[in-house]
Amino acid sequence: MKTKLISENAVMFTFSDQDITIEQLIAVRQKLCQQPDLLEVINGYQTITVYFDRQNIHYDHIQTWIEEMILNDKLPMAIGKLHHIPVCYEPDYAIDLQDLMTYHHLTAKEIIDLHTAPTYQIAFLGFSPGFPFLTGLDPKLYTPRKERPRTTVPKGAVGIAGHQTGIYPASSPGGWQIIGQTPIDLLTIDNPEQPTLLLPGDQLVFYPISKEEFQNFNQKGAFSS
Amino acid sequence: MTIKVLEAGLHSTIQDAGRHGYQTYGFAVSGPMDEFAAQIANILVHNEPDEAVIEVSFIGPTLQFHQDSIVAITGSDMSANLNDQAISLARPISIKKGDILQLRTAKTGAYGYIAIQGGLKLSDVLGSKSTLVRVTHNGLLGRPLKVGDSIPLQRLSVTVPSLDWGVAASLFTYITDSNRMIRYLEGPQAEWFDVETFEDKEWQLSTHSNRMGFRLEGEPVRLLTKEQLASEATSFGAIQVPANGLPIILMADGQPTGGYPKIGQVIRADLAKVSQTRPGSVIRFQRVSYKHAIDQLDQQKQLIAALQYIMKEKWL
Repeated sequence: MKTKLISENAVMFTFSDQDITIEQLIAVRQKLCQQPDLLEVINGYQTITVYFDRQNIHYDHIQTWIEEMILNDKLPMAIGKLHHIPVCYEPDYAIDLQDLMTYHHLTAKEIIDLHTAPTYQIAFLGFSPGFPFLTGLDPKLYTPRKERPRTTVPKGAVGIAGHQTGIYPASSPGGWQIIGQTPIDLLTIDNPEQPTLLLPGDQLVFYPISKEEFQNFNQKGAFSS
Repeated sequence: MTIKVLEAGLHSTIQDAGRHGYQTYGFAVSGPMDEFAAQIANILVHNEPDEAVIEVSFIGPTLQFHQDSIVAITGSDMSANLNDQAISLARPISIKKGDILQLRTAKTGAYGYIAIQGGLKLSDVLGSKSTLVRVTHNGLLGRPLKVGDSIPLQRLSVTVPSLDWGVAASLFTYITDSNRMIRYLEGPQAEWFDVETFEDKEWQLSTHSNRMGFRLEGEPVRLLTKEQLASEATSFGAIQVPANGLPIILMADGQPTGGYPKIGQVIRADLAKVSQTRPGSVIRFQRVSYKHAIDQLDQQKQLIAALQYIMKEKWL
């Protein structure tokens, strides 16, 4: 573990893949969030960044907490929610699917099967509010970003970039390869307790729906368990 | 009672101390680009330093007041006038119902602040009155101000004393200082770069700069590795260097995580100076220690606290 003060009020802990799994990283974050002296705890793929108030706590203490958690292996994985997210992979909504078929020499069905098979882990949210960074994409679908980012990617677009797959919660510019679109709303900003549907530590499965199902989609049709 | 927006200006937004506690969900912190100027504006009208203000940039708005008020304007000099009469920066100004306050093109700096006595009567969205970015939201906090908007005001919470005082213009010399040396802390991926190709030279601020990020132009920074970074936390002042070697400084609306390596982090005491840099202007970088950064920040906080104490006396 490497410790680095990255600003006056933030310390970042970087782990190597051998040190820790993504699930453990999420568990460490959940434990740290229970510490009242810390302002915010932000995970990355291999990092935990803690924002703190210098007047209340020295970052040495935070480092000690993390070391003890990992050494003592006291990291029960809190079970996050499992979300089932409907995705329409039909051509109108899957603007880069044809490019992926060419790039990977796969059929549309093979791509959809590969994308809907895994149970993905939500590592963290970032880029924009509610945007989930997922781990668990099948390596057969690893695809470089678009050379020219689009100026507008529609709300709900499901994309692939490198080893990552994710969902755009709002319309925005973006360079990910778009292979489908979900009618589900990922933002709930009227709820200050939980302004996003998905949380770090939750799990997610995609399932295919038709164009008609997409258009007639009623938010209540979604289910979480 | 409200302020009516007659002309919106280039990019006018509402900003308070920022949306803290929601970066985990992917929300930007936001808040003023020049927090120092915003806080002084509030102190001048007897508000708490972190009260919501109107932030304006490059071309100011035209605002009509539908109630008596007191305002203070700080930051960029945008030739402020009240009913076509020039008014001074950095002092409280009495406003009568029906008055028209106008800010024009920035002559110095880039970001100006209008603080209004009593503050703005708006509901918080996720704990803050800062304008949201990268999310769809109906209401005044969902977008920059536009013509026809009505901004609800709180009632005046003071009786108006004689307003014949202000703060020294010398507090704001960082806005016009031609020596734009920016102090920074070493970033988490500093060893990925030939730091000499970053520090010992002039960088020019690109016109493609906004509240999310400031792009710099110059001879590219030399990368020493082809390593790819896995996304990690970023914050206001982070100096990212993409593969083309041209740094991007993340600003107040920057995203909470990012995948570009970071050569450094601008110290908080110098963020206002960076924010007030105009496109085409030159900046340089100087690395400092963590201790220096917190000493500078504490000095700035003490200055704000002292000014707040002195200004309070004026309203007794």
